[in-house]
Amino acid sequence: MAFSKVLFTLLVFSGYWVRSHRRMVPAQRSAQANLSGAKDAFKVRLSLKTALGDKAYTWNENEEYLFKAMVAFSIRTFSSREKIEISNVLLCNVTKRVSFWFVVTDPSENQTVPAGEVQGAIRMNRNRINNAFILNDQTLEFLEIPATLGPPTEPSTPIWVIIFSVVFCLVIVGIVLLIVSGIRQRRRKSKASTEMTDVEDKCETMVTIENGIPCDTLDSKEGRTNRAFAAGDEKLTPL
Amino acid sequence: MLIRKIKLQIKNISVTPSNQLARASANPFLVRSAGPQGLCRGHFPRKPCWSCPCRSWFWPLYHFSAGGGFLIPYIIMLVVEGMPLLYLELAVGQRMRQGSIGAWNTISPYLRGVGIASVVVSFFLSMYYNVINAWAFWYLFHSFQDPLPWSSCPLNSNLTSYDEECEKASSTQYFWYRKTLNISPSIEENGGIQWEQALCLILAWLVVYLCILRGTESTGKVVYVTASLPYCVLIIYLVRGLTLHGAINGLAYMFTPKIEQLANPQTWINAATQIFFSLGLGFGSLIAFASYNEPSNNCQKHAIIVSLINSSTSIFASIVTFSIYGFKATFNYENCINKVILLLTNTFDLEDGFLTPGNLEETKDYLASAYPTEYSKIFPDIKNCSLESELDTAVQGTGLSFIVYTEAIKNMEVSQLWSVLYFVMLLMLGIGSMLGNTAAILTPLTDSNTISSRLPKEAISGLVCLISCAIGLVFTMEAGNYWFDIFNDYAATLSLLLIVLVETIAICYVYGLKRFENDLQVMTGCKPNWYWKIIWAFVSPLLIIGLFIFYLTDYILKGTLQYQAWDATQGQLVTRDYPNYALAVIGLLVASSTMCIPLVALGTFIMNRWKKGKTVSV
Repeated sequence: MAFSKVLFTLLVFSGYWVRSHRRMVPAQRSAQANLSGAKDAFKVRLSLKTALGDKAYTWNENEEYLFKAMVAFSIRTFSSREKIEISNVLLCNVTKRVSFWFVVTDPSENQTVPAGEVQGAIRMNRNRINNAFILNDQTLEFLEIPATLGPPTEPSTPIWVIIFSVVFCLVIVGIVLLIVSGIRQRRRKSKASTEMTDVEDKCETMVTIENGIPCDTLDSKEGRTNRAFAAGDEKLTPL
Repeated sequence: MLIRKIKLQIKNISVTPSNQLARASANPFLVRSAGPQGLCRGHFPRKPCWSCPCRSWFWPLYHFSAGGGFLIPYIIMLVVEGMPLLYLELAVGQRMRQGSIGAWNTISPYLRGVGIASVVVSFFLSMYYNVINAWAFWYLFHSFQDPLPWSSCPLNSNLTSYDEECEKASSTQYFWYRKTLNISPSIEENGGIQWEQALCLILAWLVVYLCILRGTESTGKVVYVTASLPYCVLIIYLVRGLTLHGAINGLAYMFTPKIEQLANPQTWINAATQIFFSLGLGFGSLIAFASYNEPSNNCQKHAIIVSLINSSTSIFASIVTFSIYGFKATFNYENCINKVILLLTNTFDLEDGFLTPGNLEETKDYLASAYPTEYSKIFPDIKNCSLESELDTAVQGTGLSFIVYTEAIKNMEVSQLWSVLYFVMLLMLGIGSMLGNTAAILTPLTDSNTISSRLPKEAISGLVCLISCAIGLVFTMEAGNYWFDIFNDYAATLSLLLIVLVETIAICYVYGLKRFENDLQVMTGCKPNWYWKIIWAFVSPLLIIGLFIFYLTDYILKGTLQYQAWDATQGQLVTRDYPNYALAVIGLLVASSTMCIPLVALGTFIMNRWKKGKTVSV
């Protein structure tokens, strides 16, 4: 029984040792791979304080785990390499900046995934990677992987043409109205002035007018009786 | 009403007179009495209000000077040159009771050319000035978008980064030089007419035609709007501008005098020319306006009030301008510092947020000593950011007001609102100026019997607008902005100087200062005191002759005239020489207005001789 306990603990410890050794070996290998070749490796730079200010989280191993997961996910979906695991994404040279290098290995082919594929994969899923870290293209930079910038939305007819047409039509309408009213005013004035001159001409050919009655009708030999005074004969008192 | 613009040279902050443009109005407030000839000097509002708006508005809007170093010469020149000459012109008009051509004819028939020269200058001015309104319309129509089109660069073809020209320059400069003007690299390459600009120019002329259609009565009503609205907008901008971050820097810059600038004679000369054009001396409008005054009107008081209102409006508008300018400079300065911080953080992998503007200098020294090789690699990219240099940077030409203000506006909140307000104000000022200009041209045309008996006044105005618009289409070509600068620099400046010089000499020596003095006493009841007389007789002519000599020596020393061309590959302005045909056009512009005076004098002399010969022989 004691022997079995010792054996058991020995096995457990050996398991730990093997696992850690296994973990160390790829890291060593990865460190060598990153430093020496850097052929298919990319540098990543994060600016957490700039992006989030007080709400910035600290960069620790768990965040690195998430990053590895996002990269593995991108490679899997982009190039359908189904065997890529999180452990295949290797990080190193983590600085306080925060910046690090990463490379992706493919266990089935026993070499690193080519840079073009990694680039394509990251570009395709850039938005989701950014959102996982609550960052954007400027604060989560993949050096040498240019981000695809979103073009500004342009409506089918430019807005300025619409506004221009409206103002243009208003001005044209205003000009036409003013010109037409000006012409009408002038016509009215010229009509009024010609009427006035006609009336004056007529007056000159007529004989003098007295109190509105033309004088020639008054010029009659018999004279005219003014009936206001006509009935006064009977009222005269006899002598 | 008068507007003038000034451009600022880089580093040597002196306002060169060459980019000033002045426009004077012929009294938009005057109302002709009824009658086709309108010969009777009828009723009009007697307030000096006609001069308040527009007059010196554009001075601060376009003028960035050596801060308070310019205010002192400006005020001194106002007192020494501006007020006396204004008084002189108003007194001439009030005494002669005729427009500018008639007034000078009365003083001496040989001097009729002075009035004609004024009309020619106004015609040149109206030809090119409306292009500014076209640009203002363009920016106004583009202000209704979110985000503003000049706030970000467009992308390049494979959508990986921004357009190259835009990266090298800034997005506001790109929008101005590429999207608005589509400018060519030099004046020789003409390019085609930009249809968008041509449409905006046609719209601007239609608006002007709408306002002057019915003659000066309708113009007077429109001017009430175009004069009062900018004041309201300016007050709103004042409140907003003073609350902007960094506005204090701009105001401090404006009010601190710079001793070395005061010692530079260039500054004084520029101040003199500024006052000159801001008050509208030499356009004939002052004489025409004053001719409608009552003879007993106290024109001395009038002149002083007008010039004081003028300069206080300038100073008010410049406070707004400098506070916005300070905001823009502070913003750029902080951006520059942040870029340097980012560069250092990335190169040395320092902790994000470790470098602040406070510890930047000492960290730089530490890094330079600790990592010399890497530091020397990035050293050329580290810019020395300084607030002073940001405040000193200048933009040449008319683009000044469009680039600088749009840059400031795009960083404000609710930028669409501020943009619309600003460009509406610019439009009101510009249209107000144009109304004055066209009124100055139309007045002699409608006065002359030969033309006004054959055509109705709508047709005359329409013809003038059509001709000016057709010539103005030249300025909508790709090289149009260079031609615009030619007109801006040379069409009005020298001619106006000569006109005012001839006016002063005519009054003092041809008409006689004593006679003039007695006329004024008979008219207004008060004699002009010794101060005015000394300035009219000696100081002003000497000053103007000095300005002339300065311009000539400047031209002779430089050898040739140069202009600023936009280089798209570098994303900045470069200096080039004018080609020969451009120099010929400049010469023609200056000669056609200045030669009016001697040619008409000569013509009158010959006519008199011929008439004398005829009468003698008979």
